[in-house]
Amino acid sequence: MTSSKADAAREVRSYAIGYLLALLLTGFAFGAVYWRVASATTTFGIVLGLGLVQMVVHFRFFLHITLGKSSRADLQLILFSTLIIALMVSGTLVILFNLHHRMM
Amino acid sequence: MSATEGAHPGLNIAHPHAQAQEETETALFGFWVFLMSDAVIFALLFATYGVMLPATVGGPTPATVYEIGPAFLETLILLTSSFTFGLASIAMKHDAPRRRILGWMGATLVLGLAFLALEVRDFMTMFAQGAIPMRSGYLSSFFALVPLHGLHVAAGCLWLVVMMAQVVVFGLDGRVRINTLRLGLFWHFLDIIWIALFSVVYLQGLIR
Repeated sequence: MTSSKADAAREVRSYAIGYLLALLLTGFAFGAVYWRVASATTTFGIVLGLGLVQMVVHFRFFLHITLGKSSRADLQLILFSTLIIALMVSGTLVILFNLHHRMM
Repeated sequence: MSATEGAHPGLNIAHPHAQAQEETETALFGFWVFLMSDAVIFALLFATYGVMLPATVGGPTPATVYEIGPAFLETLILLTSSFTFGLASIAMKHDAPRRRILGWMGATLVLGLAFLALEVRDFMTMFAQGAIPMRSGYLSSFFALVPLHGLHVAAGCLWLVVMMAQVVVFGLDGRVRINTLRLGLFWHFLDIIWIALFSVVYLQGLIR
């Protein structure tokens, strides 16, 4: 069972790397807001960027979505859902803000 | 070993042969479809929140009712609970003593409940400041979005209790393993929703 033990150690290390990265990214995002490192718009951009990177980290290290064959179908499903979500959310925001603008 | 490289921990259900692996992948793919439809619900509530954000009607604004401390603490608790659940999955995959698997699941449960307690405390503080769902469009959308995530965490906690009972009663048979894997996906997925929540709701509201 030595190979199983080595496997387990490798998997624990992978989760630990993901956990550390997630902590760092969260820390940066909260720090950027707490210490007001930049103007409001730039800070929001930084927070969104860090959030996106952290989502990728979670998918890779916690949900085991990789570019490998074993998770190819899952990855395609996630990417397609992301496309649908991006269309629906951006469409909602554009249309309703435009409406808001016209009603003013 | 290259076939299991990157595979989900626990994929070797009892007999690590190709057919069992494929069946597990199919079962988990079905659960991914559910998770993504759930993600669509959250995404549209996020869009609603974004549209409603200016609609405060002279009531409480995000900057006055959010607190960065509790939001940060909740994030740390949820991240740690994801890590402890990962350790539980690894223990399950490598047939660790049942005590250790239950221990990590119990740790995850405690962290999940701590998160819920802090979140309810946050809502109570908001209510005390007059920030109730009926006050404005902004608060209605806030209380549709954030407590829905809390409800998911509560459902996850209940599911954790059920799975711990099943591990004790049935042992680690194929069905218990695959359901634990599904619960793992659900739990890690809630973390991803929370990333969007603290970025878009809490941090955006607190930026000055």
